[in-house]
Amino acid sequence: MRSKELKRGLQPPLIVNIIISTVSIIFLALFLVLPLVVVFGEAFRQGVSVWWGSIAEEESLSALRLTLFVAAIAVPLNLFFGIAASWALAKFDFWGRNLIITLIDLPFAISPIISGLIFILLFGINGWIGPWLIKHNIQIIFAVPGIVLATIFVTFPFVARELIPLMTEQGSEEEQAALTLGANGWQTFLRITLPNIKWGLLYGVILCNARAMGEFGAVSVVSGHIRGETNTLPLQAEILYNEYNFTAAFAVASLLAFLALVTLALKFFVEWKSNKLETV
Amino acid sequence: MNLKFKKYSVLPGFGLTLGYTLFYLGFIVLLPLAALIIRGSELGWSGFWQVISDPRVLASYKLTFGTALAAAIINTFFGLIVAWFLTRTHFPGKRFIDSIVDLPFALPTAVSGIALTAVYAPTGWIGKPLMDAGIKVAFTPIGITIAMIFIGLPFVVRTVQPALEELELELEEVAISLGASQWTTLVKVILPMILPSLITGFALSFARAIGEYGSVVFIAGNMPMRTEISSLLIITKLEQYDFLGATAIALGMLIMSFLLLFVVNLLQSWSSSRLKGV
Repeated sequence: MRSKELKRGLQPPLIVNIIISTVSIIFLALFLVLPLVVVFGEAFRQGVSVWWGSIAEEESLSALRLTLFVAAIAVPLNLFFGIAASWALAKFDFWGRNLIITLIDLPFAISPIISGLIFILLFGINGWIGPWLIKHNIQIIFAVPGIVLATIFVTFPFVARELIPLMTEQGSEEEQAALTLGANGWQTFLRITLPNIKWGLLYGVILCNARAMGEFGAVSVVSGHIRGETNTLPLQAEILYNEYNFTAAFAVASLLAFLALVTLALKFFVEWKSNKLETV
Repeated sequence: MNLKFKKYSVLPGFGLTLGYTLFYLGFIVLLPLAALIIRGSELGWSGFWQVISDPRVLASYKLTFGTALAAAIINTFFGLIVAWFLTRTHFPGKRFIDSIVDLPFALPTAVSGIALTAVYAPTGWIGKPLMDAGIKVAFTPIGITIAMIFIGLPFVVRTVQPALEELELELEEVAISLGASQWTTLVKVILPMILPSLITGFALSFARAIGEYGSVVFIAGNMPMRTEISSLLIITKLEQYDFLGATAIALGMLIMSFLLLFVVNLLQSWSSSRLKGV
């Protein structure tokens, strides 16, 4: 039993530790926690029934449906891509591997507004494919397909960048053993690789989903803000806010803030689980 | 020398997964980005310059990069303190505070935008006392900076924290046992070792602030020439169907951001090569 932990490294005087702790807690409380408290405070200011009334509004409900719909397409596609990319990039060594890894990270380096703009330049009325789309009566910009595409773009790297380092670190000895013992490729993936990467996978999916449901800038550029049709929850919150309908805006925002809290809780849980597994 | 494209492996599925990766990457990421660059080049150098040198565009660049720089500097300072607090002090509930740091990553930017505006508006929780003291925060560059601090902080904390955790405590103990004061140990031993990660954190938070839209646009006030950020100006141009103008502003932002990241990378390789020499 350890009665007293051995003190290691730099030991600043107590007063310095107190100052550092106080500054950190005040800074975090003021800049991070207070805005979150304000969201819920404003949302419920006029009571739960007014809050519920704002949520149950037809426009808000259709925004909620669209947000769920977009995430239901974007997240599985990027999940599938993330698994394929990490298999190719982590389990094999080939020329140009690092270049591809850098390219996968590109969407993170690009401003959300520019992420939306590039799809306008492709599919908008003056875009490369725009005139062809008009002729065939297909609408992408200012319609749901554009929102889906922009969301896929901004959430593109999440799963892949979580899995590539993890799978590189794990190497492929276990897979090689399975294959020599007669398992086929698919069995090897399902029984060996997948159990090894499940927490990293879940982690990537959680972050990808949070961004997919919460994306604002890129979606705002391609959506066209058509009420009841192309408004996601964040866009609905913006519209209500700009109409000075603050309580309703914060009611919609509180749904998204709740999503953020669930995301943080899941993230906490996954980190705890995978840490526990590592120490076993 | 191995002239083969790929090293031999018994694992199956390379062609299929790499093929799919390249197809998806090309279609979703590279094709749209190529559109931006090729459409931008239609402008030519003089057309590009004409859009960029417009006073309103220049004012937006100055505002965006200026406030982003201020926010990144503030975040580097407080981010270091918070990272130190999270790695070097021990108290109950630390993991809870630790996960709060990720809040700006998880909270949709539009939500942070309206929440920050509610806090700092002249009638808001913090805005009102500050207003009484004669400081107007919302709808000024100060408000923009505050929003950028909010979204940039986790980048600094999450890059500095692992570096602090991996620090070899023996080095500090050696310095102290050889007679260095606490302060000297901090400045001459610890800071040089975490400098590369501080620079990375600074760069990430700077880059994110430059491109940020959702959390900034509500608190900014959006007055042309004064509180209009570049991202918003791109949207304004798009609403006027000025696609080339929007493209030029976007390219200008991208070029400046990449130059900046290039300089930061140079700084970083300098600071880590200095460490290796020791």
